[in-house]
Amino acid sequence: MKNKYLSWTLFTLLLLLLFVGAALLSLTTGEAAIGLGDLLPVWRDGEQMEHFILTRIRLPRIVLALAVGGSLSLSGAILQGIFRNPLVEPYTLGISGGAALGVALIIVTGLHLSVGAFMLPLSGFSGAAIVIVLVGLLGFLRGGTDVNKMLLIGVMISFVASSAMMFLMAVTTSENIHGIVFWIMGSLDEPNPLLIKITLYTALSGLLLSYLFARPLNALLLGQEKAAYLGINSKTTIRLLFLLASLLTGICVAVAGVIGFVGLVIPHLIRLLAGSDYRFLLVGSFLGGGIFLVLSDVVARTLIAPNELPIGVITGIAGGILFIIVLNKNRNRRRHAQ
Amino acid sequence: MPSNYLQIKDLSCGYGSDFNLQPITVGLKRGALAGIIGPNGSGKTTLFKGISGQLPLKSGSVWLNNCNLQSLKLRQKARRIAVVSQFVDAAEISVEDYVLLGRLPYRAPFQFFEPQPDVLLARKYMRLTGIWKHRKKYLSQLSGGEQQLAAIAQALTQEPELLLLDEPTSHLDITHQVQVLNLIQRLNKELKLTVLMIIHDLNLAAEYCDFLLMMKQGDIHSCGTPREVLTYDRIEQVYNTVVVTQTNPLSGKPAVFLVSENILNDIKARYGKIKR
Repeated sequence: MKNKYLSWTLFTLLLLLLFVGAALLSLTTGEAAIGLGDLLPVWRDGEQMEHFILTRIRLPRIVLALAVGGSLSLSGAILQGIFRNPLVEPYTLGISGGAALGVALIIVTGLHLSVGAFMLPLSGFSGAAIVIVLVGLLGFLRGGTDVNKMLLIGVMISFVASSAMMFLMAVTTSENIHGIVFWIMGSLDEPNPLLIKITLYTALSGLLLSYLFARPLNALLLGQEKAAYLGINSKTTIRLLFLLASLLTGICVAVAGVIGFVGLVIPHLIRLLAGSDYRFLLVGSFLGGGIFLVLSDVVARTLIAPNELPIGVITGIAGGILFIIVLNKNRNRRRHAQ
Repeated sequence: MPSNYLQIKDLSCGYGSDFNLQPITVGLKRGALAGIIGPNGSGKTTLFKGISGQLPLKSGSVWLNNCNLQSLKLRQKARRIAVVSQFVDAAEISVEDYVLLGRLPYRAPFQFFEPQPDVLLARKYMRLTGIWKHRKKYLSQLSGGEQQLAAIAQALTQEPELLLLDEPTSHLDITHQVQVLNLIQRLNKELKLTVLMIIHDLNLAAEYCDFLLMMKQGDIHSCGTPREVLTYDRIEQVYNTVVVTQTNPLSGKPAVFLVSENILNDIKARYGKIKR
């Protein structure tokens, strides 16, 4: 028992260390190379051009990467738990589809040009919120919590939203299509510091709140019926967790676009490395998602510099390959152990 | 001892209009090892779910030790009743952690660490059920019988007053059937645990239970000791199957034999009809 807590602590420290490492890497790499030794002097000297790059461009991206990567990965871990389905990710329930449709609608109508910077995230979040309410209402209808039905409804809403979006893209100008596509592919380039702050605080409070449900989530691993026999009110727990995960995802999508794969791959990786106890899985997924997104952002910024790749491209390719490698290694290890 | 430790009063429940139990009234003694028997679709599982609280009751009530179970919150109920389902959902969780989840009804949701007494309790019951040696393995790596034992260990860790088991032996070979039922019998004797289980195998029911409830078409057909319930005429009424009953020469409990159609036809051809 003691060993378990010790290994969780060590794992958390390791992940924190990795995050600091990734952050330092992200701070020092880019078009204007700033050496590791120069970081502190540049940080203190407000006059330099590099100071501006560091504090206004690179640091906000790191913060946003932690918040978005952490939230998505945390939501993935939670949703995989309540749906008892390893293939569920934050976007499965149509939240990204709704957000994308909302944003596409605003871009096509040109409203974002007249209203201002908050318009796109706001419309993305509204789209996501509508989907959350729809899935929630339909899924929880008549007092049930049929999670499979909810999943199917989410997937169907996803299809409807993406078809509607394609319709919009078919009738609009190529300039608008470009805008929509780039938004969908996701980016950590967010100039508004207030939005970054909101995302970070929501992410952190989401992580804290999720810990109220760490043990119920462990029990739900055994199914709703068994959880009820262990004194867990499965319905309420599932509803609250669904709401929490969806809101986190909705905010992430609204701010950073559709960054795929983080919410699917990172919880699995953490599970393979450290077991499926939610008391560690929640914080592990959060930190893992943050690290993964910071590193992906570094790659996205440097690969075809001075241009930037959409970060969703990197997370998809890197995440998929990484996952297959780890899964294979783990299989082999287990086979040897038996 | 009076038969009112577990009291089921006019209990009826079911699935909408499709299937409903007739109002059922029955009582169990403290320390009973009772079995529910009956053909498929006779309402065994429905009654079981009514008692465990998984199905809402249409009428009636269930009392355990003079406490109305419907008035209890899930957490409080989970401290009194532990349920072992027919199939263990083999999650990727270590056996030790799985058994420890049995202490969940005693923990606040935000209580992060397991207190030492809980850990010791889980260990005690892992040893008692014989799965101590598997404690580090994942539940999914155990065999069906071992998973069933782990589920029983978890249920014991809940320290319940009543243990409900849904066909604990139905998919096990005879070694594990006997192992699981011997364990249940021992728990019943040593921990004075009241046990109610659904059991399909009439011979095992006769051998291990001291009280049987035989169900037919959503109602109790008969109840009592195995010797009272498991007579050939009652079994034939309930199951519509010809059986021969005898006595187990060692235990003195009733034993039920099935007869193939060929043999029955031979006997009919030879004697005209089956004589008892």
